[in-house]
Amino acid sequence: MVSTDRPLSPHLQIYRPQITSVLSILHRLTGVALTFGTLLLTWWLVAAAYGPEEFADAQAFLGSWFGHLILWGFTFAVFYHLANGVRHLLWDFGWGFEIEQVRLTGIVVVAFAVGATLVTLIAAYAVGGA
Amino acid sequence: MEMRSALGRARGLGSAKEGVGHWWAQRFTAIALVPLSLWFVFAAISLMGVDYATFRAWLAVFGNALAMIVLVGTLFYHAYLGMQVVIEDYVHHEPARVIALLGSRFVLFVLAVSCILAIALVAMGR
Repeated sequence: MVSTDRPLSPHLQIYRPQITSVLSILHRLTGVALTFGTLLLTWWLVAAAYGPEEFADAQAFLGSWFGHLILWGFTFAVFYHLANGVRHLLWDFGWGFEIEQVRLTGIVVVAFAVGATLVTLIAAYAVGGA
Repeated sequence: MEMRSALGRARGLGSAKEGVGHWWAQRFTAIALVPLSLWFVFAAISLMGVDYATFRAWLAVFGNALAMIVLVGTLFYHAYLGMQVVIEDYVHHEPARVIALLGSRFVLFVLAVSCILAIALVAMGR
C-alpha cells in the first residue's frame, strides 16, 4: 500500500524550473532535434549525388526563409548539445558536481551556445549572403 | 549463495550482461564528434549558397569525403544510441517501445548508408 502522508516528489508541472533541470531536458530535446535534422543532411548529400536539378531543389529549400529558420535552430542545437555534452563528459570524470559548479558550467554552456550560434550566423551570411 | 564479490559482479557486467558497451560507445562517439562537428560547421559556412559543381568538387576532395564519411558514420551511431535511451525512458507501452527501437534503428541505418553512398558516388565522380 502507498502511504499518503509521506513526502512526495512534486510533479514536473508544479516543480519550479531550475537551470539544472531545464538544461538537462534541453540536452535531450536538442539531441532528438538533431536526429531529425539528419534528414536534411541526408537530402542535401543525396541530392548532390542525384543531379543538378535535385541539388538546386535542396539548395532552394535551405535558402528559403523556412530553411534558414531550421538552419538557425540546427546551429544552436549543435553548439548547445556539443557544449553540454562536454559538460557531461566532465561529470563522467567526476568533476563539477558541486551545486555552484553545476550552475556555473550551465551558464557557460548557454553563453557559449548563444555566442557561437551568433558568430556562425554572422559568418554564414558574410560568406553566402548578397 | 552469491559467491562473487560486488566488484566481480560489476566486472562481469552484472545481471543485465550489457550496458557498459552502450555507455562507452556513447562517450567515444561524443568525443569524436567534437572536432568532427566543429569541422563540419566551418565547412558548411564555406559552402553557403554554392552551386552544384562547386559542391561536388568540394566533396570530391579525398580529405573532405573521408571526413564526411567518418562524421556521418559517427553521427548516426551516436544518434541511434541517444534515441534508444530516450525511447527506453519515455515509451512505456511494450509493443510501441519495441517498434520504436527497431524502427529508429532501421531508419537511421538507411539514412547513414544513403549519406555514405552519396558521398562515395560524388567522390568517385559519378
